[in-house]
Amino acid sequence: MKDALLVLSAFLASAVEMVEALTIVLASGLTRGWRSSLIGVGAATLALAVVIAALGPALTLIPIDALRLVVGGLLLAFGLQWLRKAILRASGYKALHDEDEVFARELREAETAPREERAGVDWYGFTLSFKGVFLEGLEVAFIVITFGSTQGSIPLAALGAGVALVLVAAIGVLVRKPLARAPENTMKFAVGVMLTTFGIFWGAEGAGVDWPGGDASLPGVLVFVLLVSLGFVTALRRRKLAIA
Amino acid sequence: MKRFATFWWDFVVGDDWRVAVGIVVAFGLTALLAATSIPAWWVLPLAVAAVLWLSLRRVAR
Repeated sequence: MKDALLVLSAFLASAVEMVEALTIVLASGLTRGWRSSLIGVGAATLALAVVIAALGPALTLIPIDALRLVVGGLLLAFGLQWLRKAILRASGYKALHDEDEVFARELREAETAPREERAGVDWYGFTLSFKGVFLEGLEVAFIVITFGSTQGSIPLAALGAGVALVLVAAIGVLVRKPLARAPENTMKFAVGVMLTTFGIFWGAEGAGVDWPGGDASLPGVLVFVLLVSLGFVTALRRRKLAIA
Repeated sequence: MKRFATFWWDFVVGDDWRVAVGIVVAFGLTALLAATSIPAWWVLPLAVAAVLWLSLRRVAR
């Protein structure tokens, strides 16, 4: 159960970030040329690999309770950010993330930016792709490393992220358009619920808590976070209707 | 340097710094209670729900 949730969380978090990175890379490739954009993607992938290679082994040196406390805190910080935005979007207090709109804006900016070549590479196209992939990928790298190291299974978390990467990249190559139809807010809501669940579970263990039933209480925490979040969506929707 | 600090602040803390402070306080309370004989497993779930609701309400006002 715990392993399945781990793979699913890494998969969903990665898929959401990959969809956003794909939008930026497509805008860059279509306007500035594919060569510079793909070099940017490659450089960002290498930079992410360096971050993972440096952070992964470093985390395994930390005692497990301290690691769970730090990782729990980080997962809660990320999870609550995702969940907060997803709840505000689901209840109408924040506009839904529109990949078509982001794509159109990136296209406009990339078309009007001046061309500056360095070592035969269009600098704007390279930087746009690099930043898109590196910044979106950094959060995924953190999730994969923290989940994997705390659970003692980085390969499982990497598997979830890898499947998402292949899936989104394959769809991106096939359709060559932003994946605007992906149910992004639902995916973000699910990721927020899962990150918050693991953050509560590991953070509490790191602070010295013994969960009733041990690992068996994880699904209970998941159900609690899910019901509370859905309840907040309903409450905010009612509040919005009452104001209108 | 300022941009670097801003990036990490946005990355870890995000839009509402009160949520991050709430998490730290909740961890402290949990650790304090866990050091006693009273069960402490319920503190963090309730604290997270409360922190999230307060943050959402601030936006919804």
